[in-house]
Amino acid sequence: MSTKGILNVPSHPHEHNHDAEASSKVIFGFWVYILSDCILFSCLFATYSVLHTSTYGGPGTHELFTDKMPYVLTETFILLISSFTYGLAMLAAHSKRKSQVLFWLMVTFALGFSFICMEINEFHHLISEGLGPDHSAFLSSFFTLVGTHGLHVTCGLIWMIILMIQVSKHGLTEITTRKLSCLSLFWHFLDIVWIFVFTVVYLMGVI
Amino acid sequence: MTNVHNDHGTFKSYIVGFILSIVLTIVPYYLVVQHALKTETTFILVVLLAIAQLFVQLYFFLHLSTKQSQRWNLMTFLFTCLVLFILVAGSLWIMWNMNYNMMEHLG
Repeated sequence: MSTKGILNVPSHPHEHNHDAEASSKVIFGFWVYILSDCILFSCLFATYSVLHTSTYGGPGTHELFTDKMPYVLTETFILLISSFTYGLAMLAAHSKRKSQVLFWLMVTFALGFSFICMEINEFHHLISEGLGPDHSAFLSSFFTLVGTHGLHVTCGLIWMIILMIQVSKHGLTEITTRKLSCLSLFWHFLDIVWIFVFTVVYLMGVI
Repeated sequence: MTNVHNDHGTFKSYIVGFILSIVLTIVPYYLVVQHALKTETTFILVVLLAIAQLFVQLYFFLHLSTKQSQRWNLMTFLFTCLVLFILVAGSLWIMWNMNYNMMEHLG
């Protein structure tokens, strides 16, 4: 972050205010980014809704997802729990308990990582059955929507590793707490997007 | 675990949010998997429960509220909702009409 050099001055009471003010601006800016990311996802959802019946003679949502519902429910729970554990990490961060922060971040990371593994496994199954994104318009839009979400989660995981290193190195300063707050917004946002993937793609697909 | 700042949430608020979101996931899942209700009713309920889940997560996890300190976050969020609505509803409307007219032409 380019502002780091300016903002990282050792804080005495007067400067602490500046830091806190800068933090609230950074977090607001990050919030605006999240909202613009919502627009990206809304376009993918609209595309999926338009194309989900264009199966080109291949299997539709019913055939593909009916047997997979328990698997998808597990994925959803993993992500929900990881959102909760990230919340616990934030609580620990605000009460300045470094080892607790690191512990909950590691739990969140493990959950997020298992989510991604499950998703890759699902994609691998589909592709090995010849039902890759090139099979039909429905599958193209499915892979794009779910894959974009997965890519976001992967970026969040990489970011989480970096933050764990920074927190363990520098402790819970204004700067690292701010970064944790940004990732918290990102992580909860991904959880919300997944709720809509779960609803629109999977639940509505098998009604 | 208590907090000086109100915007961060408390242990209790995270627990409440977590339990609510689990319930709001299981209920639509069983409605769909068990085929307990008519298709249209299930469809409407699933959409409503997803929206409820959205509000639960916004409030308990993202701490979005009508508080003064959250005013700008809320305003930008509401504006984004408007953009999302225009994008999604507009796209579906246009594509539905196009499909309909093309099919009629072919038929």
